[in-house]
This record gives sequence, structure tokens and C-alpha cells, in this order.
Amino acid sequence: MRSCGESFEGLILRALGREYGDRLLPRGLDITLCDQVFLIASGLLWNLYYALLALSVGFLLATALAFAKASPLGWLRRPAAGFIFLFRGSPLFIQFFFAYEALSLLPRTGIEVNLLLVSITVETQWMTRAWAGALLVLLLNTAAYSAEIFHGALQSIPKGDLEAADAYGLSGFARFRRVIWPTMLRLAWPSYTNEAIFLLHATALVYFSAFPAWQQMGDALYYARYFADQTFNPFVAYPIAGAYFVLLTLLIIFCFGLVNRRLNRHLPREARARLRFRPQYIR
Amino acid sequence: MFTFCTDPSVLPQWQWFACYLTTNTHFALYRSVLVVLLLLALVAPLALGLGMLGALAMRSGSFLLRGIGTVYVSMVRGVPDIIFFLFVPFAIDQLVEYILHRLRCPDWEGSVWRGNDFVVCAEAKVPLSTSPAWVHDLWGFTLAVVAFAIVFGAFAANTLHGAMTAVPKAQIETAEAYGMTRPQAFRRVLMPQMWVYALPGLSNLWMILTKATPLLFLLGIQDIVFWARELGGAKTSLFAYPHADWRVWYFLGVLVFYLALTWISQKVLDRVMIRLSRGQATAAGEAQRRAARA
Repeated sequence: MRSCGESFEGLILRALGREYGDRLLPRGLDITLCDQVFLIASGLLWNLYYALLALSVGFLLATALAFAKASPLGWLRRPAAGFIFLFRGSPLFIQFFFAYEALSLLPRTGIEVNLLLVSITVETQWMTRAWAGALLVLLLNTAAYSAEIFHGALQSIPKGDLEAADAYGLSGFARFRRVIWPTMLRLAWPSYTNEAIFLLHATALVYFSAFPAWQQMGDALYYARYFADQTFNPFVAYPIAGAYFVLLTLLIIFCFGLVNRRLNRHLPREARARLRFRPQYIR
Repeated sequence: MFTFCTDPSVLPQWQWFACYLTTNTHFALYRSVLVVLLLLALVAPLALGLGMLGALAMRSGSFLLRGIGTVYVSMVRGVPDIIFFLFVPFAIDQLVEYILHRLRCPDWEGSVWRGNDFVVCAEAKVPLSTSPAWVHDLWGFTLAVVAFAIVFGAFAANTLHGAMTAVPKAQIETAEAYGMTRPQAFRRVLMPQMWVYALPGLSNLWMILTKATPLLFLLGIQDIVFWARELGGAKTSLFAYPHADWRVWYFLGVLVFYLALTWISQKVLDRVMIRLSRGQATAAGEAQRRAARA
């Protein structure tokens, strides 16, 4: 049995790779409670990585998509609407599988996959690794869901706000930056907070779909399942992972709540939309 | 399947595909589509029932029931549900085996947890190791249905609870003024009216449920994802139908299947919403009244 301190040192950064901790994961009867707590925590690094990058880039893409979908120009609107339908209408789980297989074909169509596993060089191969491929899928997926939210908010911007902007002589980019965009964000923010929470929870799917966890570098749930399989006891590892996700969820609600306060700072106190704890729907 | 399928290696293109797509393993893939639909058909009513119980518990007068309902709903909703899909079947399996173990093998020495193993006597195994393969499949599928029902029951409970509170209070008060008891008012006034408020949430839930069905794969069930991987993988010339790695096409097919499923569901749910809004004191119901009068 090793001490908690040793577990911490050996495992807290293990999810980043073998160089950052123990080469081998604890096995069988050697597994202690501290091992489980720290290794699952180190897996959270990947959940955070996927969630933060996908959300920040996805936000920009979603804004563009929402405006494209609201555009009167058919050649702009139809592709955006199609993209949103594609990603919202199909399961994320299948999207991961499809993307993985499609990205595997990148170097040359019809290539043998077992050749790929022995790594046949080429620059495109990194796309099949989870950190890139899964991130791309998550990014496009959250962009589609957020775009739908933003589009809805865009449709419900009060008419008076737009007329006021016209009356002030605002047009073009100034009208967008000072009136349309802030109002859209303000209206969309409660739903967008939920979307961020869904996305965080969706990151738990990455290593259960097609993307392999290379050198046992996985996310929190990957390690939770590892421990459940090793110890044949689901009653420790899964609740730990669940508790971590609840904590992260609360953290998101707190951070998004701060932004929400700032977006609504001009309103009287009662009129401010309150963020509600409404997490969790899979897609 | 077809008479010309005896030697696939000499067939022209379209006949080769006709034979290829009707092999026994492909029929397993088509059957797995039915498994997805069966899961939906079983889980939807179960989750709705469980949701109803949860919602009733949440608004019951008893402190204990209310606590149970609230804990159930918030626990399931705060955690990624994939954790529940991994945890619940595993836990139920152990629980059932443990209970059977205590019943059937009372004189067993020692604990069932030995180091990192969970050992029960042979008679307590579920299903028994002697039972045929289909019993094992059925047991796995049952556990999956239970896991789905528990998770989606919590979501449904939340939606239904919201819908019950959304029915205007005056309606209930009127019912009580007519001398109905609380259960009567609930049955005659609240129940018929709550659905129109619940439907947007429930249809959202249905969409989420259809999109969660591929997770069956994680529960070790030979579902549509399993067969797509199995059949799409590269086949050498040892097989009757050799081909390169076609998994990307199989997954494209699965993707299109789910898109069609959600698209059809959306159409159906829109119609149900129109039907339910008829005669209701909502904006949609009012619009229907106006249209009928004009």
C-alpha cells in the first residue's frame, strides 16, 4: 500500500502522459482510495481542455452561424440551417464515430486502418488522435447547438431596441456591436449556460466512442471505468467522477452567472433574468 | 438470399451489392435497428410513468416523499448521464446477484467481496451460467432499459412537475369551489390540462432519448453501432465478400438513420402539439379558436 502523498505525486498529472507520472496505472489489489481520487481528478484536465477550447472557438462560430441563419440571403441561410440540423439532429456519439472513421481516411482514401495503427507517418494522422479529432467534433457540435440558441435570441430582440438604434443613426457594424450583439447575448445567456453544462458533460463521451485513449491518457470517466473494471466495484469510482462533474457544473454556473450580471447590469434588479440550475441533457 | 448469390466473386457490381447487403450478418444489423426502436418503445412509457411518480412525490404533502422525489431528480440531472448508463446496470446486476445469493446459498462461508472480486455461488448467478445465450442478451437488454428508464424518468419528472405548476391556479380553485376533493380536482382538471404545458419539454426529451440510444453500445449490447463497426471493418479475401475499410460509409448510414428519426419525430410532435392545444387557454389554443371563427 502506498501513501496518499505518493499517489498524488504519481497520478495527479498522469492524464497528460506517462512522462508526467507513473508509467503504469495502479492495478488490481494495489488500488487505494487515494489512487482513485487523484487519477480521476487528473482525467478532469482533459474534460476541461475539451470544454474550454470547444466553447471558446464554438462561440465565435456559433455567432457567425446564427447571423447566417437569420440572413435573408438564401446561399448564406441554407448552408447554415443545414449545418445546424445535421449536428443537432444526430447523436454526438455517432458523430464521434463517423468523424474518426472519416479522419482516418484522410491520408489516402481506402487505406488499411491497421496500417494506420502502426503509424504510417503523414501529417494528417494527428487528426485521428482524440485531442484534435474529438475536439473538432465537440467544437462543431456546440457551435450548432449554440447557433440555434443565438438564432432564437436574435429573433426575439425587441423591436424598440432596433428602432432606437436607427433613431440614433447607428448602422452597419456599430449597430451590430452596440445594440444587436449585446442584446442577443443577454437574451441567450441563460440557455447558453445550459449549453455549456451539456458540453462539459458531453466531453465524458470522448473516450467511450471511437477515439482511443493513447498511452492510457484519458478523461475522468475513462479512469472511473478503468477502476470500476479493475476493482469490480462501481460504488466508488463512479460516484467520485460524478462528484467532480457536479463541482465543475457549479463552477460553470458561477462563472456564467458573473457574465450574466455584467450583461444585465443596466436593468433594474427585478427585471434581471436569473440563471437557473437546469443542467444535463445528453444529445 | 437471391439465387444468383452462390459465388459472389464473379458477380457484376449491382448483383454483388444485392447479395452483400442481404447476408445473415447484414440482417443482424437490420434487426439491431428494431432493437433501437424497441428500446424507445419500452423506455418512453416507463420513463413517463416513473416521471409521473417522481412529480407526484415532489408535490406530495409528506416530507419524506418530497425529499425522495427531489433527491432523485436532482441527483440524476447533476451528473453526466453516461455515468448512470455505466453505473446502473453494473450496480443492479450486483444487487440482484447479492440478494439471490443470500436467498439461495444461506450456508456460504465468507463475504461475497473478496479483495477485488465479487463472488456469488453458482445458483445466484444472473442469468445462470447454464442458460442459453438469448437469456444473457435479454438480461443485458433489460438492464439497459432499466438504466434508461431511471435516467429519463428523472428528466420527465422534472418536466411534469413544471407542467403541473404551470396549470393556472384558478382552474384548481374553481374545481374545488364546485366541491371536488383534491384527488378529483387533480384527475378531472389538472391531468387533462397539464399535457399541453408538458409537451414542449417532453418532445425535447424524446429527441434526447432517440439520440441517446446509440449509448446501448456502451452497455455491451449488439446494437446498430456494434454492427456498423463489425460489418464495416476491412474484410480480407478469406471472406465471401472482401472489401476495404467501409466503416465510414456504415456510420454515414447510421447518421442518416438518426437524422431521419429525429426529422420524423419532429413532424409528428408538431401535429400532437396542434391537437393538444385545441380548446386550451394558451396562445396556441387562442390562435386556433380565432382561425376557426374566421
